[in-house]
Amino acid sequence: MTLPPMLSVTDLRLGFVAGRQTLLAVDGISFTISRGETFALLGESGCGKSATAQGLMRLLPSAGRIAGGSVSLDGEDLLALPEAEMRTWRGRRMAMIFQEPATSLNPVLTVGRQIGEVLERHLGLAGVAATERMLDLLRQVGIADPERRLAEYPFQLSGGMKQRVMIAIALAGEPELLIADEPTTALDVTVQAQILDLLAKLQVDRGMGMLLITHDLGVVARMAHRIGVMYAGELVEVASREDFFTAPAHPYTQALFAALPEVSRRGAALITIPGQVPSLAAMPAGCRFAERCPQVMPVCREQSPEWREATAGHAVRCHWQSALGESALPVVSAVNDAVGQETVGNLLDVADLKVHFPIRKGILQRTVGHVFAVDGVSLAISPGRTLALVGESGCGKTTVGKALLQLIPPTAGSVRLTDRELVGMAAKPLRAARRHMQMVFQDPFASLNPRLRVGEIIAEGMSAFRLPGQLASDVETRERAVVALLDRVGLPATAVDRYPHEFSGGQRQRIAIARALAVLPELLICDEPTSALDVSVQAQILNLLKQLQAELGVAYLFITHNFAVVEYLAHDVAVMYLGRIVERGRAEEVLQHARHPYTQALLSAVPQPRLEADNGAKRIRLPGETPSPANPPSGCHFHPRCPKATDLCRERYPESTAVGTHVVNCHWPG
Amino acid sequence: MTGFQIVVLWSDVLVWLLLAAGIGLGVLISKSPPLLAAWRRVGANRMGMASATILLAFLLIGLLDSLHYRVALDGKPGEKTQYGIEVLSLLDALAAPLRTKNEKTYSAPFATRLYAKETVDVPGLGAVREFPRLKHGGSHLGEREDEVLADAGFTAFRLAVLSLLAWLAVVAAVATRVGATANTAADIAVDGSGWQKIWRGETVFAWNAVLATLGLLLIVVVPLFYLSGQYHVFGTDKVGQDVLYQILKSVRTALIIGLVTTLVMLPMAVLLGIVAGYFRGWVDDVIQYLYTVLNSIPGVLLIAAAVLMMQVVIDSHPEWFATAAERADLRLLALCFILGITSWTGLCRLLRGETLKLRELEYIQAAQAFGVSSWRIILRHILPNLMHIVIIALVMDFSGLVLAEAVLSYVGIGVDPTMTSFGTMINNARMELGREPVVWWSLAAAFSAMFILVLAANLFADAVRDAFDPRAA
Repeated sequence: MTLPPMLSVTDLRLGFVAGRQTLLAVDGISFTISRGETFALLGESGCGKSATAQGLMRLLPSAGRIAGGSVSLDGEDLLALPEAEMRTWRGRRMAMIFQEPATSLNPVLTVGRQIGEVLERHLGLAGVAATERMLDLLRQVGIADPERRLAEYPFQLSGGMKQRVMIAIALAGEPELLIADEPTTALDVTVQAQILDLLAKLQVDRGMGMLLITHDLGVVARMAHRIGVMYAGELVEVASREDFFTAPAHPYTQALFAALPEVSRRGAALITIPGQVPSLAAMPAGCRFAERCPQVMPVCREQSPEWREATAGHAVRCHWQSALGESALPVVSAVNDAVGQETVGNLLDVADLKVHFPIRKGILQRTVGHVFAVDGVSLAISPGRTLALVGESGCGKTTVGKALLQLIPPTAGSVRLTDRELVGMAAKPLRAARRHMQMVFQDPFASLNPRLRVGEIIAEGMSAFRLPGQLASDVETRERAVVALLDRVGLPATAVDRYPHEFSGGQRQRIAIARALAVLPELLICDEPTSALDVSVQAQILNLLKQLQAELGVAYLFITHNFAVVEYLAHDVAVMYLGRIVERGRAEEVLQHARHPYTQALLSAVPQPRLEADNGAKRIRLPGETPSPANPPSGCHFHPRCPKATDLCRERYPESTAVGTHVVNCHWPG
Repeated sequence: MTGFQIVVLWSDVLVWLLLAAGIGLGVLISKSPPLLAAWRRVGANRMGMASATILLAFLLIGLLDSLHYRVALDGKPGEKTQYGIEVLSLLDALAAPLRTKNEKTYSAPFATRLYAKETVDVPGLGAVREFPRLKHGGSHLGEREDEVLADAGFTAFRLAVLSLLAWLAVVAAVATRVGATANTAADIAVDGSGWQKIWRGETVFAWNAVLATLGLLLIVVVPLFYLSGQYHVFGTDKVGQDVLYQILKSVRTALIIGLVTTLVMLPMAVLLGIVAGYFRGWVDDVIQYLYTVLNSIPGVLLIAAAVLMMQVVIDSHPEWFATAAERADLRLLALCFILGITSWTGLCRLLRGETLKLRELEYIQAAQAFGVSSWRIILRHILPNLMHIVIIALVMDFSGLVLAEAVLSYVGIGVDPTMTSFGTMINNARMELGREPVVWWSLAAAFSAMFILVLAANLFADAVRDAFDPRAA
């Protein structure tokens, strides 16, 4: 870009007051954004990305302080402006989109009121003129029937729709700079693809500058022109999109790429970044990445590296000088991918499982309908293999997991675990049967009781089942068993006496895995175990799961929405849509030769973290969003969004057809 | 030497049982390292420890007032000893001068004369209307009535200096102990003596806060009590009783109302709240109906009805009680039960809501997946995570209950009229405030004492809650 930069940030330093000292969350970052350019700030959680965005808008939380530096937009120093004047800039010259569309709209105001507020404040529009403008804005962000939507409240809109409204609000003041803080993290892939397309189009149309904050390399590859990688409050690498994806220079960046699970890495352990981001209170003196860096040199620990140009426009802050494209990372040895042989008997057989939740209304609480959360799911898991259950949010995949464990009583169907029927089993044998099947939950912060020590948490299952033999007999052997489990999941024995809050997200997930393994289950139901974790930590957990499977022969039911994880880990895949499985089969076959249009669309909507010919035609874009499971469409559930839908699809739900080794529920597989 | 008979009132039993339970709990805690660590954190909290010191002072007064006895009457030797009708406590014995030195009616703090004019026969002048001299207040001054300020000030100063010295002795004792423990940990020798460490707040236990509060307490309380032998430091009430004495007696009533009521209410609120939230279904329906119905009856009416019924029962069975004090005591306990039974709904509702939230959390589901029984889940996973709400509710209820007692006394259905409480004092004050000239000291003293008690309880509960929250630790 040869245009003069519109936004330039120089040596910005932001801190948070804690006690008597100010801890710097952002320590001297500098970057520029030109008109029409997208600059992506990439980094893991806790590295200061969001603080930077809040600092630019001067919307830091009350403990936040701007410690130094300057931010200038079109030559005006924003940090020097009085607050009253700053308010005319926010929304007018620069606008922000937040991560969570569900909480960034006021639930008691109509959409029209919320957009109108900006128009009135910044453009002085009111009455008919404002309404015209609002309709225009809603049309621009791709909302159908805008006249009706204006009078609606946020709860009447779906997640993607809310994010579109949020974007419309941000655009209402016609800003020159748009700050998007993880704008699609809370959305499903197919909706994420729609929103990213929308943002890209709007940016080109209006020539806005955009600061995109994300942790997702795929989103970066799809959207950014230039990229800045943040680590522990500092920028460590700034590069153009091409340079960034072809020749990442900083060891941290390289490690981020290497930690991504994907097909080509099947059978190999993922590269992980050891340790974790240093806390704000204990920043190392030299290079902040030194502790975790594979190429660390003595100088790294003493001296913070200076900026260095790798190639023109590609700056990196590292002492280590690599040859172009050379990787800082060690070569990984392949772990043996102990794919369980397809044995004769299945460990778990699920046939036509249904979970319907009644919708009650009125004083007498009469049932007026049902939410068909799970509506006839059949699947089978063999010992020692991994079945991935994939689908977007709200398709019922978590409900399936809980219904298998009988945590939610199924409405109909059968769940057979090693040939014993669990549905309708009496409470006592059911408790015994649950020993063979355990669950690892999504949110490591909610799945551990904060008031129990780690040792107690892990020992809970053992004492509940009074495991035979050495495990439950006396306290000492139980303690030894707990330490052995901690060791198995890679935690020190000293963890026993500590409380969960002292551990990071990844470590907590390890504790949760140890807790589930304590009762020696044969099947582990993993409900999105990595979706709340950073990429590098996710890699650690995936490696651990893989290693445990190789050593213990546990089977996994891996519930996820992340296709990269599926590709890396799963042996078999089942794709769910609106309470039903639409396609299942061997992982390679389903992922490479998807037959169901929904699977195809899902796969193509996943943003790939690599450079590719920006070929819009190849992508399949699904219109709309998943309908409500309380009121599923007639016939094939997918027909309202399906490009191939015909009259037949609208009338009749397709039977299962076997194509090769996999089974598809579609009238027109192919 | 007069004999005496020990009288054990029901509330005394409860108070000492509570104390024993507290000590027992302390012993148990000292054997469990994580709990001990949590209480150490309470000990490190300055504000918490300062308020604990004040609470302890109140508790001491309450405990002293919970040892009752009856004095033997002088009788002919050989006859069966008769005991006085009045039940006294250890506190009464210690504060005998306060109890016995009654005036005729109102007198202001540190006054030497009554607050109301009376017709006095002055020799030579005939009947004159004037403010008569007090029988006890400032009687040692004799004719030098205008020297009250100088006399009281000087006495207060002397005693303040004396108590300061006593305080310094305590500080020195603590400092040597702190210094001794520090020297065993060799490395701190360079840091200076125990005295310096306390001053700089480097001790693990918040000694500086405790000592500062203790010093303040000594400097205020010792002169106050000494002067109360010579003057009515807080004045006297309508029947000439010393207000300071009433305050001292009210402390026990307030503590009992606050503690026993919460004891009655707590198990009900916690059990029903958690059970309703955890099991849902018809259990939830029943409990919800129960508290909704209870809640929709106006509270004061319900309590009034219950108290009046109880009063009828008590009045129609005079043979149950040997003394008036026993009757008053039983009435106090009954009031506690009635208050407890009518006031659990708020906490129960809160706990039900919180349990509804908790039961959906993943660690509860993980426990269910392990086949852990429901009661064990409730005990291990739900109850500890509700404790902060319980503690906050308890403390807020404590102050609320002390106030509720005042309201009930106002309507005439509170504690027995023979029993002193902050409520009855405040109730009397409504007449006094309407009087001209106004009598302010009764209300002011009751208000300050109650304020200090409730504030200290609040601050201490804050400290406990902070220390027991593992996320904040």
